Formats: sequence, C-alpha cells, structure tokens
Amino acid sequence: MKKNHVIVMLLAVMVLALTSCKGGSAKNGEVVVYNWGEYIDPETITMFENETGIKVVYDEFETNETMYPKVEAGATVYDVICPSDYTIQKMIDNDLLQEINFDNIPNAKNIGAQYYEKSTEFDPGNKYSIPYCWGTVGILYNKTMVDEPIDSWTVLWDPKYKDNILMQDSVRDAFMVALKTKGYSMNTTDLDELTEAKNYLMEQKPLVQAYVIDQVRDKMIGDEAAIGVIYSGEAIYTQRENENLEYVIPKEGTNVWIDSWVIPKNARNVENAEKFIDFMCREDIALLNFEYITYSTPNDAARDLIEDEDIRNSKIAFPDLSQYQNLETYKYLGQEGDELYNELWKEVKSD
Amino acid sequence: MDNHKRNLKILGSPYYLWSAFFIIIPLAMVFYYGLTDRSGAFTLANIASIIQTEHIKGLFLALELSFISTVICILLAYPLAMILSARKVSSKSFIVLIFILPMWMNFLLRTMAWQTLLEKTGVINSVLSFLGLPVLKIINTPSAIILGMVYNFLPFMVLPLYNCISKIDENVINAARDLGANSLKVFTRIILPLSIPGIISGITMVFIPALTTFVISKLLGGSKILLIGNIIEEEFTQASNWNLGSGLSIVLMIFIIVSMVITEIFDKGGESNFL
Repeated sequence: MKKNHVIVMLLAVMVLALTSCKGGSAKNGEVVVYNWGEYIDPETITMFENETGIKVVYDEFETNETMYPKVEAGATVYDVICPSDYTIQKMIDNDLLQEINFDNIPNAKNIGAQYYEKSTEFDPGNKYSIPYCWGTVGILYNKTMVDEPIDSWTVLWDPKYKDNILMQDSVRDAFMVALKTKGYSMNTTDLDELTEAKNYLMEQKPLVQAYVIDQVRDKMIGDEAAIGVIYSGEAIYTQRENENLEYVIPKEGTNVWIDSWVIPKNARNVENAEKFIDFMCREDIALLNFEYITYSTPNDAARDLIEDEDIRNSKIAFPDLSQYQNLETYKYLGQEGDELYNELWKEVKSD
Repeated sequence: MDNHKRNLKILGSPYYLWSAFFIIIPLAMVFYYGLTDRSGAFTLANIASIIQTEHIKGLFLALELSFISTVICILLAYPLAMILSARKVSSKSFIVLIFILPMWMNFLLRTMAWQTLLEKTGVINSVLSFLGLPVLKIINTPSAIILGMVYNFLPFMVLPLYNCISKIDENVINAARDLGANSLKVFTRIILPLSIPGIISGITMVFIPALTTFVISKLLGGSKILLIGNIIEEEFTQASNWNLGSGLSIVLMIFIIVSMVITEIFDKGGESNFL
C-alpha cells in the first residue's frame, strides 16, 4: 500500500512539474502560436518578442487534420492558430473559436476588402478570422519535358506522361482535381459524382509517379517529373530555382484557399494573441513573411511595398481571379461528408 | 531480507515510473480510443473494420513484404555472421563497426538517401545511363520497399546471429569432424541447430518493425502502396480519426503477439538470446 502512495505522489509531482513549465517568464507573458510548418519568417517572431516583450511559444502542424483533434481535445491550449478556410468553418460550427475584437487589431485594415469578401464563404460576417495567406492550386510543368501548351487538368490523365505526374497526397486536393475535371463542384457530397471521381482517380493511378505533399517542390526542381499539382505559393519558389517551370490555373477551375488567423475559445492570453495578429498584419512584417515563404499575401499595403515589379504584378502570386471560372473555396462537409471522402480516397490509394 | 526487498523496490521505482509513463499510459490511451467511437461510447466497430477490403489488403501486403524482407535478411546475414565468427578478433570488430556505423545516422535520413539514390534522375540511374546501361525502375514499387526494409533492418539480423554463432564451442565442431562428419553435416547438425536462438531473435527484430513501418513505404513507395502502417498513419494525419487508427493498431498488436508466440514455440529448448 505504501509503495502505491509513493508512486501516486511521484506522479503528481511530475505532472505538476510538467504543467508548471508553461508559466511564462517573460515580463509581458506569452502567446502560444500554432501555425503551418515553414509558414513564417522566423525573424518576425524575434522582432515581435523584442518590440512587445511577449514571449512567443511557437508550434507547427503539417495538415489541418492533424491540428484539429489536438485543438479539440484541448491537450495544449493555443492562443493563435492559422487554419485553412474549411477547417475554420468546422471550428466555428463546433464552437471552438471566439469572435475577434477588430478594435484591438488596427492593422487588420491592411488586408484587402476582396479577401474579407471571400472569407465570408466560411466565416459569415468576418467575425472569427483575419486572412494571413491565400492562393490557388494549379499545375506546375516543366517546359523542356512538355511541348504542348497546358491549360487543363486532363493533362494529368494523358498516358504520354506516365510516371511523370505528381499528385497531391491529400484527400480534398486529389478529389478537387477529379471533380473539377468532370465539371462538378469540389464541395459535392453526391455519392454518384464522388464515385465517378473516385473511378477517375483510380484510372489515373498507374500514370502517377508518386503521391506527395511538400516534395512536389523538390522533385519538380530536380527534373524528377514533368507535371505536378502544386500550391501557387510554392510555384514562385520553384521557378526561382528552376527556370524551366511554369505554373497555370486550369480552365476547369480550381480551389482558391485562404489561411487565416483565429483565436480559439479557450485561449489564455487573448490580449497577446490580438497583439500578435496585429503585428502580423503590419505591412512591413507581412512583406518580410511574403518574401520568405512566397505565399501570396492578402495584405494590400504590403503588396504595394514589394519592390520587384514582376513579383508585385505576378500572375501566379496575385492572379486576377475574375478571369477564371469555377473557382471555389473548400467548405466543411460535416462528419459524414469527411468520412465519405476518406473512405473513397483509401480505396484509390490501396487499389 | 526484508530490507533487501525494500531496497530493490526503491531502486526499481524509476523503472516503474518509466513503464507507467511510456508504456502503460500510452497503451491505455490506444485501447481507450480503439474501443470507443467519436462520442466516447464503447464500440468494437474500429477493430472489426479490419475486415474492410482496403484494410485487409494493407495488412496482407505488409505481412507479405515483411516476410520476404525477413527471409532475405536471414540469407544475407547468416553467411556474414559465420564469416565474422571465424575471423580473428581485430578484423572482427572492424567489420562489426562497419555494420553498425550507418546506424549512427538517423533512420529517416538513411531512407531519404535511398530515395535520392533510386530516383529516376537519381545517383544510381545517372551512373547507369552514363555507362550506357539500362536504367533502374524500382522506385515507387514494392521492390523498393523491400530494399528499404532489408537495408534498414539487416544489422538487427546480423548482430544476434553473430552473437549466437560465435558462442558455439569450437570443441563441439571438432568432435563432430573427428567422428567423420563432413562440412555440410557439421553445418546442418551442429551449427544450424545451435544458432536457432539467434535466428529467432533476429526474426523478431526484423519482422516486427518491418510489419509496422510506414515511413519506408511512404518514402520509397511514393504513397502509392498502402501498408497497414500507412493506413493507420493516415487515419491520424489525414482523416482525423484517432478511434479508427487506434482500433487498427490494436489489431496489428494482436498480429505481433501471435508472431512472437510462434517464434517462442520454435525457440523452446534453446535459451532466448536478445543480443
């Protein structure tokens, strides 16, 4: 019996020790940030800490799907998170976010009106989110390996390019390509449309070299494949490294996505979270981040500061969306919709 | 006597804590998630879902590939272990060092290195095409996964085998020869039976990590080949379904326990020899 007591006490001490580590030592407290991997210029975090005296605890995630259960379970309490559109909608639906007080974030005005407008698709009334990055999904191809002009997703089904095609290894992006090519909405939950898309993806599988996420970048730079599905933000970076690469938004339409700052309901340092978001919206900081990560910034004031005219008016970084048809933003499809997509995707992958 | 026992308990407490934190609590969580649904109600559906076509396919493919890799590992490691044990001490430790050296580098990095080596425009193919030879097309196929498994787990087969064979008493072999046994007979009747404990621990140390791997199949299989490990991983990283992922992990654990029991039965008689 006594031994048990000792163990319980030791456990309690260890748990206490573990949790008390979180007490901030900085003079103005801390802010716990949860962002995508490689999605910020680390310099800006140091600048924020020096200017405000707030310590930044910075954590990274790879996909919305790994981030969500952690936030929902509340194992770690974050103050600022940067999820994508459909996940923000899911978090709003499940009551995980708190409304942002825009009075405390004066720099939010730097974000262009059109991005707030677009955000209403997943955040009606712009109450919960402030855009951080945005972009499209398109085809990146190597001009030396492809001799025809590419403007359509159907090239990803061309047997000529067998073993030269890189697909995105994520459910929604893979299905988006198939659904758009077939002329359906990428937010459909119609079983017939989805089955058709699934069969179409299975048909494509023998032609695909690999399903990858971040590696599209390196493989395309290294001439490993001729065609890849990629996020527009990576396109500028890859072109910098390999001048033979070209990015197009296919004519059948694609996904326009927005990643935005949100404050979860259980945040402990709301005031510091507001300061952090405000800092990230400042034009000079947004510019630093844009130059570092090359993902399009919705910060119009920062865009005006870009010195290189080619980049400022780049069709890849800042496309005129009115020219394209069938652009959509992902929507949260509910538990059942998610499960249906995952089930069908598993069938494709294990085929 | 009582005092002695007490001391043992105190000395053992770090290990109790260790096992509580890193074995029992994580396992309990896997079981909790595996046996409940999203709302937290008890269910066996996660475990039963192993009979779904995709899951069964992933499980059997994993069993097949790890079985092939284990066999290749034995075939490669056994002669090496015999050569090693016949060597003089100085050259012996040098060869063992060479074998262990790659293990000082991270497992993930070594597998990524193989990706770069095998790629279409990778190192091996550049050399081959420079020499005018046909290029190798094994990246993103099951062969590449087997290669990765054999490469990564071979040392775990060599070391227990070497350990076991080098302990065989020289006199036993000499006695056999003295009584007229030829080399083949010495091998089949003396060395092989005496090295079974080494083979058994080698199999356990290669087969189980190969069965559960998801990194090797993801990097060298281009995510086109789903092993059961990949299915479980994707339930966590892509589908946000911790319950299903944990349920399938429990099934995989059952398979591991079964394979350990089988090896244990074969091991009867010989002393277990874990390195």
